[in-house]
Amino acid sequence: MNAPLFSISHEPLNCVALENLVRDPQAGAFVSFVGWVRDHNDGRKVLALEYESYEVMANQEGERIVKQVCAEFNVLHAICAHRVGQLALGEVAVWVGVSAAHRAEAFRACQAIIDHVKHTVPIWKKEHYANGDAEWVHCHHCATAREE
Amino acid sequence: MSEAKKISLLYFAIFRDLAGKREESLTCQASSPHDLYQELQTRYAFPAFGEHLKVAINNEFAAWHDTIQDGDTIAFIAPVAGG
Repeated sequence: MNAPLFSISHEPLNCVALENLVRDPQAGAFVSFVGWVRDHNDGRKVLALEYESYEVMANQEGERIVKQVCAEFNVLHAICAHRVGQLALGEVAVWVGVSAAHRAEAFRACQAIIDHVKHTVPIWKKEHYANGDAEWVHCHHCATAREE
Repeated sequence: MSEAKKISLLYFAIFRDLAGKREESLTCQASSPHDLYQELQTRYAFPAFGEHLKVAINNEFAAWHDTIQDGDTIAFIAPVAGG
């Protein structure tokens, strides 16, 4: 498989194409995690999300994570793709897919990848709220940018 | 006295909003990213420094007290929120 283990996409993610990248006749199990844009966070109504990344570093760190998880778990293939830009409710923000001979390892590896990605990859999320405010998540203490 | 160094800064997320730009080149006297951050706080309303903020030099995570070299590209990494 020559596709990058981690990629940033400026276009809507093609989940079917991503799934095909991890297909393998040796795989009896395929597990995927898909992150959707949710309509609420911390008690506030969210209308849309904006993701931004330090792309070069995100790709490096994301690839490092997928490689590390593949070395740690007995899986055949794993891929993560993350969308950036303006996303509407219900859109796919992130896709993780793992194929393995058996399901136990596939489930564990899939969870490990998304957990690590959320923890260290340089991607940021700005929530646009129903009242017109917008805020970078985890930056409550920072200046909040009012929607222009 | 530190020599002046030509560096590039990349601004993302909250830093981009507060600086009003995605990048800039400047000459700095600061010897470390920590000192550079404090210098920039006098220009932009950057948030208070804390261990939750990270820094990258030349596309690699770095330490706040590393030495800045001439030609470095520096980016401040606000708490990430991917996924």
